[in-house]
Amino acid sequence: MTLTVFTALLSHWRRNWLQFFALIAGLALATALWSGVQAINAEARASYDAAAATLGEGQFDQLVPRAGGTVPQDTYVALRRAGWQVSPILEGRLDADRGRVRVLGIDPLTAPGTMAPVAMNADADLGAFLEGELVFANAETADRLEGQIPQRILIDEGIAPGIAVTDIGAAQRLLEADGQLSRLTLARVQPMGLPPLSAVAPDLTRQPAQDAGANRLTDSFHLNLTAFGLLSFAVGIFIVHGTISLAFEQRRGMVRTLRALGVPLRTLVVLTIAELVVFAVLAGAVGVALGYVMASVLLPNVAATVQGLYGAQVAGTLQLRPEWWVSGMAIALGGTAIAAAGALWKIAHMSILESARPRAWSVASGSGATRLGAVALGLFGLGAGIAIWGQGLLLSFALLACVLIGAALILPLMLRSAVGLAERLSTTVIWQWFWADTRQQVPGLSLALMALLLATAANVGVSTMVSSFRVTFVDFLDQRLAPELFVQIEDEARSAEVETVLRNEAREVLPLLSVETEIAGVPSDLFGVRVGPTYRENWLFLDRSGDVWSQVADEDAVVVSEQLARRAGLWVGDPVRVAPDVTLPIAGIVADYGNPLGQAVMSETLFRSIYPDQIATQFGVRTEDPEALTRILLDDLGLPPAAVIDQARIKAFSLSVFERTFTITGALNVLTLGVAAFAILMSLLTLASLRVPQLAPVWALGMTRRDLGRLELLRSVILALLTTLLAIPLGLLLAWVLLAYVNVEAFGWQLPMYLFPGHYAVLSLFAIVAAAVAALWPAFRLSRTPPSSLLKVFANDR
Amino acid sequence: MVLSVENVTKSFAGADGATPVLRGVDLQMQAGETLALTGESGSGKSTLLHLVGGLDVVDSGVIRVNGQDITEMDDTARAALRRSEVGVVFQQFNLIPSLTVAANIAFQARLSGRHDPTQVAALAKALGLTPHLEKYPEAISGGQQQRVAIARTLAARPRLVLADEPTGNLDEATAAEVLDQMLALVTETGAALMVVTHSQAVADRMSRHVHLSQGRLA
Amino acid sequence: MIARVLLILLLLPALAQAQGFAGLGTEADDFAVPRAGYRFDFPQDHGPHPDFRIEWWYLTANLEAEDGTPYGVQWTLFRSALAPETADGWGDPQVWFAHAALTTEDAHYVAERIARGGIGQAGVTVQPFNAWIDDWRMAGPSFDDMRLTARGAEFAYDLNLLAEGPLVFHGDAGYSVKSDQGQASYYYSQPYFRVSGSLTLPGGEVAVTGSAWLDREWSSQPLADTQSGWDWFSLSFDSGDKLMGFLLRETDGTSFSSATWIAPDGTTTAFPNGAFRAQPLDITRVAGRDIPTRWAVQLPERDVDVTVKALNPNAWMGVSIPYWEGPVTVEGSHSGKGYLEMTGYE
Repeated sequence: MTLTVFTALLSHWRRNWLQFFALIAGLALATALWSGVQAINAEARASYDAAAATLGEGQFDQLVPRAGGTVPQDTYVALRRAGWQVSPILEGRLDADRGRVRVLGIDPLTAPGTMAPVAMNADADLGAFLEGELVFANAETADRLEGQIPQRILIDEGIAPGIAVTDIGAAQRLLEADGQLSRLTLARVQPMGLPPLSAVAPDLTRQPAQDAGANRLTDSFHLNLTAFGLLSFAVGIFIVHGTISLAFEQRRGMVRTLRALGVPLRTLVVLTIAELVVFAVLAGAVGVALGYVMASVLLPNVAATVQGLYGAQVAGTLQLRPEWWVSGMAIALGGTAIAAAGALWKIAHMSILESARPRAWSVASGSGATRLGAVALGLFGLGAGIAIWGQGLLLSFALLACVLIGAALILPLMLRSAVGLAERLSTTVIWQWFWADTRQQVPGLSLALMALLLATAANVGVSTMVSSFRVTFVDFLDQRLAPELFVQIEDEARSAEVETVLRNEAREVLPLLSVETEIAGVPSDLFGVRVGPTYRENWLFLDRSGDVWSQVADEDAVVVSEQLARRAGLWVGDPVRVAPDVTLPIAGIVADYGNPLGQAVMSETLFRSIYPDQIATQFGVRTEDPEALTRILLDDLGLPPAAVIDQARIKAFSLSVFERTFTITGALNVLTLGVAAFAILMSLLTLASLRVPQLAPVWALGMTRRDLGRLELLRSVILALLTTLLAIPLGLLLAWVLLAYVNVEAFGWQLPMYLFPGHYAVLSLFAIVAAAVAALWPAFRLSRTPPSSLLKVFANDR
Repeated sequence: MVLSVENVTKSFAGADGATPVLRGVDLQMQAGETLALTGESGSGKSTLLHLVGGLDVVDSGVIRVNGQDITEMDDTARAALRRSEVGVVFQQFNLIPSLTVAANIAFQARLSGRHDPTQVAALAKALGLTPHLEKYPEAISGGQQQRVAIARTLAARPRLVLADEPTGNLDEATAAEVLDQMLALVTETGAALMVVTHSQAVADRMSRHVHLSQGRLA
Repeated sequence: MIARVLLILLLLPALAQAQGFAGLGTEADDFAVPRAGYRFDFPQDHGPHPDFRIEWWYLTANLEAEDGTPYGVQWTLFRSALAPETADGWGDPQVWFAHAALTTEDAHYVAERIARGGIGQAGVTVQPFNAWIDDWRMAGPSFDDMRLTARGAEFAYDLNLLAEGPLVFHGDAGYSVKSDQGQASYYYSQPYFRVSGSLTLPGGEVAVTGSAWLDREWSSQPLADTQSGWDWFSLSFDSGDKLMGFLLRETDGTSFSSATWIAPDGTTTAFPNGAFRAQPLDITRVAGRDIPTRWAVQLPERDVDVTVKALNPNAWMGVSIPYWEGPVTVEGSHSGKGYLEMTGYE
């Protein structure tokens, strides 16, 4: 009997292939979205890490020359022989015919941890590296170096663009810097009882590790991406729920008949579950594969090659990890279970005599929307309670969940209200009917519309978050890297000479004077700056009073970093003692992400009067032609290549990392909306057969099928528009909760939130277009319904 | 002449090719005339009604309603015809489920631009619908639903009223009552009424009776 | 002393899968190889031999505080050549690395250093004698009178070494055969150092005295391909006699043994394969491996039948190439103390 019944149950799908497709595709898409986001997140993290590893040895404290210039190799040996665990780094520019390359020389024997992700393998052994025979670079940099250097060049895409990593000895030869080093990194663990650094290397100064802030910045970014991964999953589950509910509604008749024929309810339920498990496994497999394809398509630099399938661990290649399969399948099965629970419950409790007519649409659903709205209000209340009294990361996520689910649940009520209002305001009979009919469609479409709501809200949220993150970071970079070149000289005696040359050749010269000091009990750097257009135009303040830079230039005020202000409990307007005899009010507060030290900025003239012995050895330089100026500095002044730093390249690399993130979020926008559109399409197709009895009387009373089709399309667009109008504030709320709440809980500081109305307009347009595209075919089908199908509604004897 | 049907044929596509349903039908109706159209199941009586009502198109022949040749009309013109020239009462599902009884009654009249609130009220009263005006169709009984359909048709004041088994789903007593009310109101407006039925009792109440057999009128 | 740890070879992935422990079984290539009948030339031979692939200065000391608390100290400097030559600067193919350890009954402190030759960070000179890497040093006016220092994050030591006996040559006058196929090394020892000085532990400074044993060995390919590890004993008996013995474990389960009996006056007797025997008695789970930490050791020709027991069974050297090394006590036909090294336990 079991087999017979199972066959009967399955026959439904054979005759409703579209629904079968919807179920499998819905589940597969939900799974794909989840696995894809997971993969993208993981790979994005990996590429950040690679960039961080080659660019910055920022995870370790560093010893740098106090007066700029280079570190003599003898100082390194002296430090080692005094017991200090330091490792040498030489960095400099190499002008190859096909472009400039930054050479980074390291000593792998003493380097703390893995500083450069250099992939050693059979044809790249450490011996050859130590002998100075190897250079590692990415393909583009390698191309620039090809034929220019005696070393063998090995491609490693994990290395930041424009950088070539080689042994310290080879770097000294390539850069003609024999016996010179740029800086030393300090191992975290040092032996006991060492002599003080100042005794061994008085010319070096210790620069603390930079990792704290920078890593927290990206960590917060990833946490937020993870949250949106979960959101994508929620969108998927709404779709699956919608599909399964509609499919089960349609099988009510079959279930009733089977039970009337004596099939026990238990058997039916068990078989239905078995059927769902089969579908979930099938769809899950398709979904994981889709997610893999999606991730590999989205990550152009990460080719998911055959190696991924065969388990070879190749850096920068997308891995087909078992966790993926497991989590993907779990999502498919779990999602199906959540989505089908209600439908199964209904079957289990359905009376044999109950009408087999699908009730997806029913005017009585008005009370259902009200009930959902009440639950939503409860969730909002709970969320407000968490927001006011709650603390901790977990509760922050609970707050997110309350907001999200609440918004989804209140959607039908809000749509009904909006459409009801439109109905009352409309005067012609057609429009009154249109709005009344639209209101009636809301329950049937509400699951698909909830998916659209969440998808659009997620897109708005992601867009806000990523853009805010980017604006913050780009501002920060602009502020700090505004000068095109950064010149650091070794010999204080040449300061004036260098400055004269720079003054003649550059648009603006910004000598940077600084001392390490303690301000308001916080270890800080005090800077003297030459206030000019660069500072006025590029520095952004978290808080300010009046024209900050003019006050600084007039020696009437100082600018301090957020860290200093917060730790010292000071804010704009408060006086702060920056030097033994100098107390000035704070005119502005600047963000200084990732710097554990405090920072205070005063005018150059004031600084020089306090510290007359300090001579500028660092200059920021504004120029239209950094290359020409660099040549002058190197050739005419004879500065070593390491003394001139091209800031544009550093900035460009940081930005290119963001661009990749943007490609990914852009693709996610399209995908989530695509999935939501799919949900709308499936709902409309499923509802199509139920629509005929609703539309036939209107047609019979004198409306053309074409008009009905047009109105059907318009209805979807209007519902999507209303949903989007709700989705924008919801997305902003989401972004706000993430940036202002989850971030604070996870990292202790708030990331400013910026609004991007243009993005939202485009996203709304996308959402509406997605809904319109989804509604196009059902509407077209309606406009081509043969009159005989419509007429069948009115008679029951043919 | 309200209606003139000349040599109309219609066939439907089926599993074994086209099945002819009407094989050349001729029929005329004058204003105020009431006509019962009877026939076996599948004899084509509903098809004829649909063709006359502009709900379907003929294969050949000519149908004129109020002198207009409706067989030459396009979709839009036929929709206009349905709005203002004819009124149709079906056996079931006549009403628009998303609108109230009042809105349903007024619907066609407003579409055709002949809406008169006084008349709607009078019709509702005459048909005993006044207490139900604010209800939705699913909340009232089958007999009441048919009365609403009749009220809606008459509120639009068409010259030709078509009814397809209007009392087919009702019990005998209700059916008689509904039929009485319909006949009284149609007679009052002077419209022509064509009723498709298989009930002799219904047919007997009409002024004229034609029988459709093998696709032809007997 | 047998080829000990050759970290750098493990860092060379090209050789990492080579035969034997830490790649000690690889071919000699262009490097020089030990020959029987070599005439040692001191003090030059106390210094490095860059044309050989590997070399070490390996000191172990059994020490005691005034209250009798036992301690063990290890100081080892290795030289590993990528090519049989030297050069100035970073390009020098001579790579140096070192291990220092301090063992108590319940703690074991380890530190490791790696450096390149050619830039002055590490090296060995002979007149005066100076072996150093970073701030770790074994140096003095002569090989018989030196000061030994090393420190890690949690420990340090500063010891004076004074030789009270002659150098001792193993095998055939310092030509020590390591397998039936003829792999060999140059190998001599100074087992007669008297030690005094201080240890710095997390709990504070401790004054200690005791004895130390310094091994010098160099070669280019001391192990056969089939040898997977070894168990090496340096034992000083209360009678004044000393015994150096080792087992080289073959991958097929057999072993190759060798021993040197050192009389109180420094005269030596070398014993061929099979004379020296060692059987594990107790196994301890250390760092996820099964390590024998109590042994039955026999040399029937000298009526030696003793039990050798680790002072601290957890004397695990968790360095780049990990191994076990620590002080031992001896009981049985003879009593005394010494050092035990075990490698190749996976």
